[in-house]
Amino acid sequence: MKPAPFAYFAPRTLPEALSLIAEHGDAGKLIAGGQSLAPTMNFRLAQPAALVDLNRVPELAFLENDGRGGLRIGAMTRHRTLERSVLAAQRAPLLHAAMPYIAHVQIRNRGTIGGSLAHADPAAELPAVMVALGARFKLVSVRGERWVAAADFYQGLFTTALEPDEILTEVAVPAAAPRSGWAFHEIARRHGDYAIVGVAATVQLDAAGALDDVKLVYLSVGEGPTEAQQAAASLHGQAPTPARIAEAARLAAHADIEPLADIHATAGYRRHLIEVLGQRALSEACARAGAAA
Amino acid sequence: MSELYPVAVTVNGIQVAREIEPRMLLSDFLRHELNLTGTHVGCEHGSCGACTVLLDGEAVRSCILFAVQVDGQSVTTVEGLSADPNRLHPLQVAFQEKHGLQCGYCTPGFLLTLAPFLAENPAPSEAEVREVLSGNICRCTGYQNIVDAALLAAEMLRSEKGG
Repeated sequence: MKPAPFAYFAPRTLPEALSLIAEHGDAGKLIAGGQSLAPTMNFRLAQPAALVDLNRVPELAFLENDGRGGLRIGAMTRHRTLERSVLAAQRAPLLHAAMPYIAHVQIRNRGTIGGSLAHADPAAELPAVMVALGARFKLVSVRGERWVAAADFYQGLFTTALEPDEILTEVAVPAAAPRSGWAFHEIARRHGDYAIVGVAATVQLDAAGALDDVKLVYLSVGEGPTEAQQAAASLHGQAPTPARIAEAARLAAHADIEPLADIHATAGYRRHLIEVLGQRALSEACARAGAAA
Repeated sequence: MSELYPVAVTVNGIQVAREIEPRMLLSDFLRHELNLTGTHVGCEHGSCGACTVLLDGEAVRSCILFAVQVDGQSVTTVEGLSADPNRLHPLQVAFQEKHGLQCGYCTPGFLLTLAPFLAENPAPSEAEVREVLSGNICRCTGYQNIVDAALLAAEMLRSEKGG
């Protein structure tokens, strides 16, 4: 058999799951959709002594209105549920638009939002989307619970704020502000493959039509979701003219991010994509914000 | 050998129960425990789509699911695609008609990816067909005939429903 042996636990409630993962600590591993974990186990790159399966914990699978214009998303909500959700399309159009870029349909049928966010693959779409949306994650353990902003959750390559005994149980996506816009772009060699470069943008205009808040968050260009902070700052308080947007995208590619070469692309090609996709995403997000004004 | 766990699954409408190691992949469970060798394994790490089956009606990759995880659920393999064992499913007829296969190794995965897709989207565009098939790799045909077969199957299923 491909994976190494392990003990299997299928808790029915969150408290049961929390005590199991606290008991097994570093030797245990949570499995959500398993669409990254199971391949890693098939290669025996991961050999957890115990798997705690969250698929039988119904309280972790929900998608609902938060009562304030935003969304509450349970960690075990499958990608496909979000892709098909009218509520998600209305409340979090950036998240909804990014869903079809996540792998292939067979993976989206099984993969979960919480699993993808906690796995923290630098090429994954959802971490960048959540940072751009200013989402917050609820982390629960037998010791208690805490909320962490998406931007603070990601700490490096496959490294997050999660402690070994914690479970990411819920994602809070805030309501979109008035006069705000969004865009998502990605280039991959084949649809559904890992992105060579991807980007999520959110912008907000003030009453006078100047940019109030800008987030430009890339994937596949660093160790995790990567914010182009100088690019965003250069637009603050400015009217979103094509020249300023072009300059911001140039800053993203030449000042904010130092892309690396790998088997999929040279550093130069990535830099080119950072600029082109950044410009497209900012233009589109500003146009949507203008239309919403 | 580690401890055995009981699993009860409905496969192609038939209830089966076994005691298995939790590390047994669903693909190996189908092939080795149930002798349903129509489910093919290609890459065995979730990249090629050959092992696609339906889990409660949705296409999933059986090589990156553990069989123990699907306890109580329902699985459909290519052996159960046609309700009538003496008659091919329209998708299979269309693949035959359009030469949508050469060696046939990837075919079960293509069929089971397309079955729920066409149920949800009975009149897809060619682009939509290509997109839904992007997770299935074929090393022989170059995809054109597979796409043609999918579009023909959609037509056949529509007229079957309409007629």
